[in-house]
Amino acid sequence: MHIMEGYLPPFWCAVWYVLAIIVVAYGVYQIKKITESNDEALPLLALSGAFIFILSSLKLPSVSGSCSHPCGNGLGTVLFGPAVTAVLATLALLFQALLLAHGGLTVMGANVFSMGIFGPFCGYLVWKALRSMNVSGSIAMFFTALVSDLLTYVMTSIELALAFPGANMLTTLAAFLSIFAVTQIPLAIAEGLLTSIIYDYIVKARPDILVKLNVIPEEEVGAN
Amino acid sequence: MNTKNIVLLIIIAIIFIIPFFMYNGLGEDEGYFGGSDDAGSSYIEENNPDYKTWSDVVWEPPSGEIESLLFALQAAIGGLIFGYVFGMYNTQRKARDQK
Repeated sequence: MHIMEGYLPPFWCAVWYVLAIIVVAYGVYQIKKITESNDEALPLLALSGAFIFILSSLKLPSVSGSCSHPCGNGLGTVLFGPAVTAVLATLALLFQALLLAHGGLTVMGANVFSMGIFGPFCGYLVWKALRSMNVSGSIAMFFTALVSDLLTYVMTSIELALAFPGANMLTTLAAFLSIFAVTQIPLAIAEGLLTSIIYDYIVKARPDILVKLNVIPEEEVGAN
Repeated sequence: MNTKNIVLLIIIAIIFIIPFFMYNGLGEDEGYFGGSDDAGSSYIEENNPDYKTWSDVVWEPPSGEIESLLFALQAAIGGLIFGYVFGMYNTQRKARDQK
């Protein structure tokens, strides 16, 4: 999902920067509020950030024949919401932009928007929708992580198609989708499964924190 | 770890082992197992020959070895924090269950 440094015209760099900064700033504000009112939130926040760090460093093979990396952005989305996840994703993307030449500073806004904002936001909608239909937490977590991961790559394709529309923007979009999103499908499924296991574990170990963060209702504690 | 999670972990492993069987014997030279990020950049270059990249990365790992070192470092930092919090939760859970 990394747009490489230099591969986005200045205009689009600016557009995504503005959108990303607004959300990241709101995320920082939310983190301040959550950690001030709840001491237990900090370890969980570190866990969500660490999960993004680990998963985004793993370049995995896909049945499409090329390699890509998962995002890890579903967990933070469910526990803290998309804006906080945007902050966590920014940290991982900064590490990769400065030390690994993956992504870059001028394209940071665009990469944060796809991995930290659009993907997580779509995942968040899935979580809310499934939970309101009484789908169990683990299953909802699976779909949330799957969607957050996959839609991150869809957004990258959209960003590139907007900047380089070619003769026909839809054909170009299809080409970028076939490069990014198709490769990502098996990875997104695997990420969904893994995130669901982790979520399960947190619910069993410390359901009280999740209740405090309004992730799960009080009645669900002890139910599994 | 219950049985369900172990089965899920095995499924995850299988998802990533399948490509090695599908493209057995093929490598980077034949266009397999390359990064999709690079494929995206190549597509832009091919279809927009007039586009000039206008900025460059601040710093680039000087070799593949250094790059894999830094990737491992990224995973290790994440793994350390992750393991620490998980271990802490595990202890808290045991303490709670003993009550």
